[in-house]
Amino acid sequence: MKLFKPQNNVLPGFGPTLGFTLFYLSLIVLIPLSALIFRTAGLTWGEFISTVTAPRVMASYRVTFGSAIIAALINVVFGVLVAWVLVRYRFFGRRIVDALVDLPFALPTAVTGITLATIYSSNGWVGRFLEPLGIKIAFTPLGIILAMTFIGLPFVVRTVQPVIEEIEVELEEAATCLGANRWQTLQLVIFPMLLPSILTGFALSFARGVGEYGSIIFIAGNMPMISEITPLMIITKLEQFDYQGATAIACVMLLSSFLILLVVNLLQRWSRRYAE
Amino acid sequence: MSAPLTTAVRQKNHAPTEPQVVRWLLIGIALIFLTLFLALPLAAVFSQAFEKGFSVYLAALREPDTMSSIKLTLITAAVCVPLNLFFGVTAAWAIAKFSFPGKNLLITLIDLPFSVSPVISGLIYVLIFGLQGWIGPWLQAHDIRIVFAVPGIILATIFVTFPFVARELIPLMEAQGKEEEEAALVLGATGLQTFFRVTLPNVKWGIIYGVILCNARAMGEFGAVSVVSGHIRGMTNTVPLHVEILYNEYNYTAAFAVASLLAFLALITLMVKSIAEWKVRQQLNNT
Repeated sequence: MKLFKPQNNVLPGFGPTLGFTLFYLSLIVLIPLSALIFRTAGLTWGEFISTVTAPRVMASYRVTFGSAIIAALINVVFGVLVAWVLVRYRFFGRRIVDALVDLPFALPTAVTGITLATIYSSNGWVGRFLEPLGIKIAFTPLGIILAMTFIGLPFVVRTVQPVIEEIEVELEEAATCLGANRWQTLQLVIFPMLLPSILTGFALSFARGVGEYGSIIFIAGNMPMISEITPLMIITKLEQFDYQGATAIACVMLLSSFLILLVVNLLQRWSRRYAE
Repeated sequence: MSAPLTTAVRQKNHAPTEPQVVRWLLIGIALIFLTLFLALPLAAVFSQAFEKGFSVYLAALREPDTMSSIKLTLITAAVCVPLNLFFGVTAAWAIAKFSFPGKNLLITLIDLPFSVSPVISGLIYVLIFGLQGWIGPWLQAHDIRIVFAVPGIILATIFVTFPFVARELIPLMEAQGKEEEEAALVLGATGLQTFFRVTLPNVKWGIIYGVILCNARAMGEFGAVSVVSGHIRGMTNTVPLHVEILYNEYNYTAAFAVASLLAFLALITLMVKSIAEWKVRQQLNNT
């Protein structure tokens, strides 16, 4: 432990606190997650590939990742708009709206699921107006996109909002003084500053959508090949006591979320290039 | 998730802005979107719950299976929140007040449960404690049940709520530096006195913020708990799982009545969270 000895620090308790942190982290997170990797390693390469590329599983990837991308794109558009309005404009009820943005985060996913399924079903509050237009949301793939959009919205707003707060007003004033109109200022000065946070928000919203289970299964309809999401495939395999199959698919999902995590970290490093 | 608490707020009174018409248009679009998208579902929960009157609502909540699910959810939160609180505070002390190699990796690892699908969070415990799992057969021989029983539910919930307190406290304690603690120690305070009298009051609202979010997730978690619970009515059903069962039985009024409890919890969470956020910002602006 000599290596870890901090220099010039009079504060006590480094050893015990770091020790407990590492112990608890290993016990709760690292060892259980490694169980997943080890169990997958128990499969032969051929078994693994045939499990994770089975047609029904491939269809579930398309549904999950495709819907998550569309939902994240919708969230980028409305999330940036909401963040901008909340930071830059003053209007009645702004604080309540600001607090409400976190609702998808605070509302348990099962409640989200049954509520969205109810109001977007053909006789629900919103569904009954969409039905005559020929749009069905509940129990179709559109429902998956809807649920993913709902749960992903706060990620975009809360990533972009602090960056808008940090923008130096002087930069905009300078742009105006140099003859830029408002649109040019937004496009050439503000947008490039927001871009890293927008991409981070997109990635976080996408990641949340890919992993989401609770709110989606109630509204998706869960039809094989059409509206089955990958987390549901894991559950289905488990219910059939196909532990190997469940583990293999979970491993693919875990790798994809590590990949997204890596991208988010790189994006955040890139966004900090303005800070220094 | 959640915005870092440590960003300072500045008023933008003199900022160049868009024409009045554009401003109102943007505010309008944002409000319509949020109303349709967020406020409407929230209203729907309560409307559906009270559809058949208050007495039906109360009867649905008084049902024994509902009561036992509420009890289990309260027990789960009562175990998970203190454990993760203790972890969060210790981890924040080690990470924010000291520098050591591998610090960023450690922070990434602490955040890991947030990027794992809830279904996987449950699955990993089945893989260890389940009958086909690593120590499943041994547990079976000694008649200890972990998965498809209460301990499994608690473990999975600890996993999904693991980062909440730590990730709020680490940036907050880093921002506050360690001068005050050093002063206390130089003046003769012991380590624990320093922590309880200097550090703790400074990060009080940050802790409340982390705890309230941790609690909300602990009480509302569905995916992870669903995998490890085994869905035994009246025994291993938490409130969110009970909502699912009632809903799948087409007992919509009861499902929404129970769901309204969780929606109410969400509203309280948002309220306390907003207050804590405001207090933390105020405190940081003062220092």
